[in-house]
Amino acid sequence: MDRKVIFKGRALPMLLLLPQLAVTLVFFIWPAAMAVWQSLLQEDAFGLSSTFVGLENFADVLADPAWRGAAANTAVFASSVAVLALGVALFLAVQADKAIRGQRFYRTMLIWPYAVAPAISAVLWLFLFHPSIGLIGRALNAAGVLWDYQLNGSQAMLLVVIASAWKQVSYNFIFFLAGLQSIPKSVLEAAAIDGARPLRRFWTVVFPLLSPTTFFLLVVNLVYAFFDTFGVIHALTKGGPGKATETLIYKVYVDGVDNLNLGSSAAQSVLLMVFVIALTVVQFRFVERRVHY
Amino acid sequence: MDAGQTLARGAEARQRWARWLAHAALALGVLVFALPIWITLVGSTHDAATIGRGDVPLLPGGHALENYATAWNSGGGTLRGNPAGGMLLNSAIMALLIAGGKIAISLLSAYAVVFFRFPLRMAAFWTIFITLMLPVEVRIIPTYQVIVNLDLFNSFTGLTLPLIASATATLLFRQFFLTIPDEYVEAAQIDGAGPMRFFRDILLPLSVTNIAALGVILFIYGWNQYLWPLLVINDRSMQTIVVGLAKMIGNGDSQNEWNTIMATAVLAMTPPVLVVVLMQRWFIKGLTETEK
Repeated sequence: MDRKVIFKGRALPMLLLLPQLAVTLVFFIWPAAMAVWQSLLQEDAFGLSSTFVGLENFADVLADPAWRGAAANTAVFASSVAVLALGVALFLAVQADKAIRGQRFYRTMLIWPYAVAPAISAVLWLFLFHPSIGLIGRALNAAGVLWDYQLNGSQAMLLVVIASAWKQVSYNFIFFLAGLQSIPKSVLEAAAIDGARPLRRFWTVVFPLLSPTTFFLLVVNLVYAFFDTFGVIHALTKGGPGKATETLIYKVYVDGVDNLNLGSSAAQSVLLMVFVIALTVVQFRFVERRVHY
Repeated sequence: MDAGQTLARGAEARQRWARWLAHAALALGVLVFALPIWITLVGSTHDAATIGRGDVPLLPGGHALENYATAWNSGGGTLRGNPAGGMLLNSAIMALLIAGGKIAISLLSAYAVVFFRFPLRMAAFWTIFITLMLPVEVRIIPTYQVIVNLDLFNSFTGLTLPLIASATATLLFRQFFLTIPDEYVEAAQIDGAGPMRFFRDILLPLSVTNIAALGVILFIYGWNQYLWPLLVINDRSMQTIVVGLAKMIGNGDSQNEWNTIMATAVLAMTPPVLVVVLMQRWFIKGLTETEK
C-alpha cells in the first residue's frame, strides 16, 4: 500500500532515515552478524587466538547436558507462565465483561502491574515468599511445609513462575476484555435463546470467537517468558538452587559474561535468534490475516 | 401469572446472581493482585528489627519518614552509599532518552518511507523491520563489545543509544501516515510549503495522540530495562533504580535492612505505575495499537 501524492527528492528521505538505519546497523545487524561469526569460532584457553571450527560449537551445545537442562527448564517455565497468565487473565476478563458496573475501576486495579519491572515484581513476591520474613513463606513453614526457595528447586521454579505471570496477567487482561467486548451481543443472545447454558455458551460460542486474540497472546507470552523474565531470575534465584531455574537466556548470560566462553555463548544466542525469528514470522503471518478479518 | 413471566423472572434472577459472582471474583482478583504491594508498602513503614524477626506486619507502622529518608539519601542493604534519589534520576533520564529517541527517529524514518520514493526504499524498511527479531538478549556479548570499542561504557549514550531503534514505532507511524488524506499534501504543495515544513506544521500536530500513546508504553519499557544497564553501567553514580534494587537484595539474606529495601521498591515502581494509572486512556490505546 503506497501513497499517491508524495514529495520529490532523494537526498532528504535518505537523510531522514539515516539515524534509524545507523543505530540499526551498528547495534543490531553488526552484533547479530558477529554472534553468528563467533559461533563458528573457538578460542584457546587464554583467549589469545581463535580458530574456525565450523558447526562444532552448535554440536557441543546441543549435546551438553547443562544446555539440555536449561532447555527443559525453559519449556516448563515458559509454558507455566503462559498458561497461568492467560488462564487467570481470561477468567478475570470474562467476569469484568459480565459486571456491568465498576468495569473501569476493576480495569484500573488490574492493569497497573504492567508498569512494574520484572525484577521489581521478583522483589515484591520475595517479600511474600521469603522463608523467614515473608508472610506466605512463614505460614507455609508453620504449617509444616518445608518452604525455602533457596534450597528447593521446584519451589524456586514456582516462585519465579508466579512473579513472572503476575505481571503478564495485566497485559492479557486488557486484550481479552477488548476481545470480549467486540463480540456482538446478538450472537450471545441467539445462543441464549437456543437454550445454551452460560458455561456451554462460553466454550462453544465465546471462546472460539476469542481464538485469534488467544493465539496472538500466546505468542507474546512465550516471547515474554523466554526473554523479558531475565530480570526475575537474576534478581531472585540467579538460576539456582543448583541449576533449577537456569533458563536458556540466563545460560547465555552466564556463559558469556561470567564464564567468558564466547563461542558457546554465541552459538546459544544464534539458536535463540532462530527461535525468535520463527515466532515473529508466525505472529506476523497471523496478524496479517487478522487485519483482513 | 403466565409461564412466560415466570421464565423471564427466573432468567433475571440468574443474571443478578451471575453478576454478583462476577463482582466477588473480581474483588478477589484485585486483592491477590494488590497483596504484594500492600505487604511492601506496610513493610516500608516499620523498623528493620520488626521485619527481621519475621513478625510480618499487616498494618502500617510509624517509621515511614525515617525509612524513606534513609532510602532516598543513603540507600540500604549491601548498597549503602547508593541513594534512591540519584538512582531515580538516572532511571528517569534513561527512560526519557529511550522513549524520546525511539519516537524521534521512528517519526523521521516513517515519514521518509511513506512520503517519498527513492532507491532502496523497501530495503531500508525491511532493515528496520528485522530489528523486531533481534532482542538485545540474543546478541548480548557482541553488542557489549561494540559499546566497549566505541568507548561508550558507563555513559548514558551507551545505555540508551543501542535501544532506540524501533521497528514497532516505525510501523505504527507508517500505518498512521498512510491514512493522511492526499488533500493535505496537495494543499501544502500548492501553498509552496516544503517537505520539512509539512512535517513540522501539519504531520506532527496530527500525530500528537499517537505520540502520547506510544510515549507511555516506551517510557515504561525504558524505565524497566534490566539486562542492558546491568552490563554497560558499573559506575555506582549511574546505577538505575531497578538494577540497584535487585542488587540490594543480594542473596536474600534475612539480615538485610528490609525496611529500607521495601521503601526503595516503592520508590522504584511509583513513577511507571503513576504513568499507567493517570494516562490510562493513552496507555491502552498505545498497547492495543502497537500490539507489542
